Amino acid sequence: MQLTVWTYEGPPHVGAMRVATGMDGLHYVLHAPQGDTYADLLFTMIERRDKRPPVTYTTFSARDLGGDTAELFKNAAKDAYDRFKPEAMIVGASCTGSLIQDDPGGLARSLGLPIPVITVDLPAYQRKENWGAAETFYQLVRALAGPSAPAPGKRRPERSTGVRPTCNLLGPTALGFRHRDDIIEITALLAKLGIDVNVTAPMTATPADIARLGEADFNVVLYPEVAAQAASWLQRSFGQPFTKTVPIGVSATRQFIEEVAVLAGIDPAAVLKASASRLPWYSRSVDSTYLTGKRVFIFGDASHAVAAARVASDELGFKVVGLGTYSREFARDIRAAAELYGVEPLITDDYLEVEAKVQELQPELVLGTQMERHIAKRFGIPCAVISAPVHVQDFPARYAPQMGFEGSNVIFDTWVHPLMMGLEEHLLAMFKDDFEFKDGAQPSHLGAGHAVPQKQPAPETTIENVISVPAAIWAADAENELKKIPFFVRGKARRNTERFANENGVATITIETLYDAKAHYAR
Amino acid sequence: MTIRTQACAVSDTARGDTHPTIRQSGQREVFCGLTGIVWLHRKIQDAFFLVVGSRTCAHLIQSAAGVMIFAEPRFATAIMEEKDLAGLTDANAELDRIVTQLIERRPDIRLLFLVGSCPSEVIKLDLSRAALRLSQKFSPSVRILNYSGSGIETTFTQGEDACLASLVPVIPPMGASECSLLIVGSLADVVEDQFTRLFESLGIGPVEFLPPRKSTALPSVGPNTRFLLAQPFLADTARALEERGAQRLPAPFPLGVEGTTAWLAAAAQAWGVDPAVFEKVTQPYRARAQRALASYKRELAGRRIFLFPDSQLEIPLARFLSRELSMELIEVGTPYLHREHLAEELKMLPVGATLSEGQDVDLQLDRCRAARPDLVVCGLGLANPLEAEGITTKWSIELIFTPIQGYDQAADLAELFARPLVRRARLVA
Repeated sequence: MQLTVWTYEGPPHVGAMRVATGMDGLHYVLHAPQGDTYADLLFTMIERRDKRPPVTYTTFSARDLGGDTAELFKNAAKDAYDRFKPEAMIVGASCTGSLIQDDPGGLARSLGLPIPVITVDLPAYQRKENWGAAETFYQLVRALAGPSAPAPGKRRPERSTGVRPTCNLLGPTALGFRHRDDIIEITALLAKLGIDVNVTAPMTATPADIARLGEADFNVVLYPEVAAQAASWLQRSFGQPFTKTVPIGVSATRQFIEEVAVLAGIDPAAVLKASASRLPWYSRSVDSTYLTGKRVFIFGDASHAVAAARVASDELGFKVVGLGTYSREFARDIRAAAELYGVEPLITDDYLEVEAKVQELQPELVLGTQMERHIAKRFGIPCAVISAPVHVQDFPARYAPQMGFEGSNVIFDTWVHPLMMGLEEHLLAMFKDDFEFKDGAQPSHLGAGHAVPQKQPAPETTIENVISVPAAIWAADAENELKKIPFFVRGKARRNTERFANENGVATITIETLYDAKAHYAR
Repeated sequence: MTIRTQACAVSDTARGDTHPTIRQSGQREVFCGLTGIVWLHRKIQDAFFLVVGSRTCAHLIQSAAGVMIFAEPRFATAIMEEKDLAGLTDANAELDRIVTQLIERRPDIRLLFLVGSCPSEVIKLDLSRAALRLSQKFSPSVRILNYSGSGIETTFTQGEDACLASLVPVIPPMGASECSLLIVGSLADVVEDQFTRLFESLGIGPVEFLPPRKSTALPSVGPNTRFLLAQPFLADTARALEERGAQRLPAPFPLGVEGTTAWLAAAAQAWGVDPAVFEKVTQPYRARAQRALASYKRELAGRRIFLFPDSQLEIPLARFLSRELSMELIEVGTPYLHREHLAEELKMLPVGATLSEGQDVDLQLDRCRAARPDLVVCGLGLANPLEAEGITTKWSIELIFTPIQGYDQAADLAELFARPLVRRARLVA
């Protein structure tokens, strides 16, 4: 058993729902008790979908357990077919459904429905949402595209000259972080390169579209968490190579263009030259100098976290002080990236562990999921969301991709806005001795709701006690001197001074200790 | 003070024969009883709810609340893993480990509920024995109880029923010479305080509440306890209280002016309060509430409403909407129809109002679309899809999270139904 307060990922059948809900013409019949229908609201409320997810739940109850739950499943599947007339159906069980061992796949086959029925067996007590999405997508691709795979050993026919190269975009699902806009951005980018998109899947695809995945020359894996497994199978079965670069950030987008150009056999020079993001210039403009070395903590799914670390470090000049993921399946990628930035990788799905890490590191910016938004809000640290799980405000009305050149513009804005602007930081320092300038004055753009970290909010729990108990005591004059330091760096100054005092066996912190520590930690 | 016993509450004419009832079984689009934790943990502030379940349970609770609550909540899930399913001995050892870890982490907790879930019920993990075993270990600083919030046993608000029923056996006994009025069912603190003042003005008391705000301040119960249900979904809790000798005062539920008056009157009658006193005490409240309701009545009168089953509050709500706001009832769905506890309500429902018990959501949606109601009360999974079809909706979960009982909330309750209609009328784009 694992004690869990908040969970980053839902159960694997929610991953299957994300695949089914993103698609058209596919229906999911799920052997599950009534409470499991809550999952519909993820799509209708958080993503504001205007249709119910294409999911039929058998909603068996305790009374049914003594009777014939198998019959219940068959009736539900039959009724769902009659009502929704899907092109294909996936069947499976939720965590409770799997315990009663009714074999949804066998039951559905026994109905003899005139459509493909695909069983998705998701081990609910071992795996989680992203794995469930990946497995479901893979099973769909195998079942629907498999029949048109060339015989083993037979090579793909060469593309005739004059025909535009094509690719599939793999990975976007319902409830994905900015998947809706990433599809548009990358499709447009590929069009500029002269590459057509054959199928985008699972989101926007029908079962018939899945069946013709093999017609493309190569695959673009937008979200490895969902599409890596299917892409590997397509490579083996259809000889379709796939992209390894996730085009988030300017340098990754350029790298992606070059990678795609090789796969498509085209010259990317014109597009590389013409396509521009404002990020590089904004980052070089003088107002951005204050961004230099901002300490940033990054947590999310592995692909978004690794991409965010690269953008933060290379394109914004931040310092990555923490990097982690809740996707254990992709822990290796995070470990490799963490080594690059010289930080300890944090591989966990325990929200409290992430919270403790943020508290320990006291970053100046948190880039995370909606969970880290809560953590950051509690500690009064600016935050931007970079990865699922996300909440309703992360499905903005405006076009806001993460990928491609426009994605880089969006990233610059959304990461930099929570921070104080350079000019503002400068003025705050200038006016800090002004009698009208209140110590707790807030950056004007953050509004009253945004907590200024005047003091650390007392956690309800005992986490704080484990972290550090300062042994050194502050002398009154040192405490006064500390107050003259601008409030937004005061917390760091306090911690550094205490650490310095403790490490050097200083019992009482004087003004001298304060400045000794300042010199010691000077960048 | 003398207590008069109430005359027989349920007459045969109230058996709902005047209301055609649709009974269908199919997909039920409702929450399970675990959802109750979302409001129960706010109500009993020194209690912790530990769900023994799967990742789905954890995901449900954090999703059902709509937004996550900041800081560390007073609930968590012990997520069962493959090895817990293999052997129950191990599962019990694991549970002990988790509970010990939790209590070390949260020394402020005085009451811990082990909450059963679908998977724990199916593998027959005996949480009552676990609660007993762990109680011995942590007594007296922490009391450990258990109940089931599983979706195979409970629907949405039934989780509160199961929780309160689990509290009844540990409620201290009250001597035969004492008497009290017990209000049963979670109410917002502000509503409790209003009712406390009203009962005091009426000379009714002492008044106690279940659940209490602190687990260390449990009410007591004995043969002279009379109880009023504040919520319509408390079948098991009422039965458990009756087994302890307490007597239920039959009444409609305190929604709207009429419901609140009749609810208070049931207690007043049991306490032998002079009707003139009752009239004098309640009249200003009634007048004020009716004034506040008037503008909403103009908005809502004649509008046709369809209620999907959700919280079991549907029948009292329908009674309020039809009698005090002149709305027309198309269909009143409820997950369960407890005819005894709802007898007073059913008597007041307009003759011919169609009820539905249980659900086949697809068929119900067909009926709803065909009826083209002005307003649909439904869960979060259905609301936006119906809005997209041009049907105005009210999320039913807000009726649980908002203080709606009593005189001073009657207009707030009406406003919840008026707002979606007002909004739709305002929007031009």
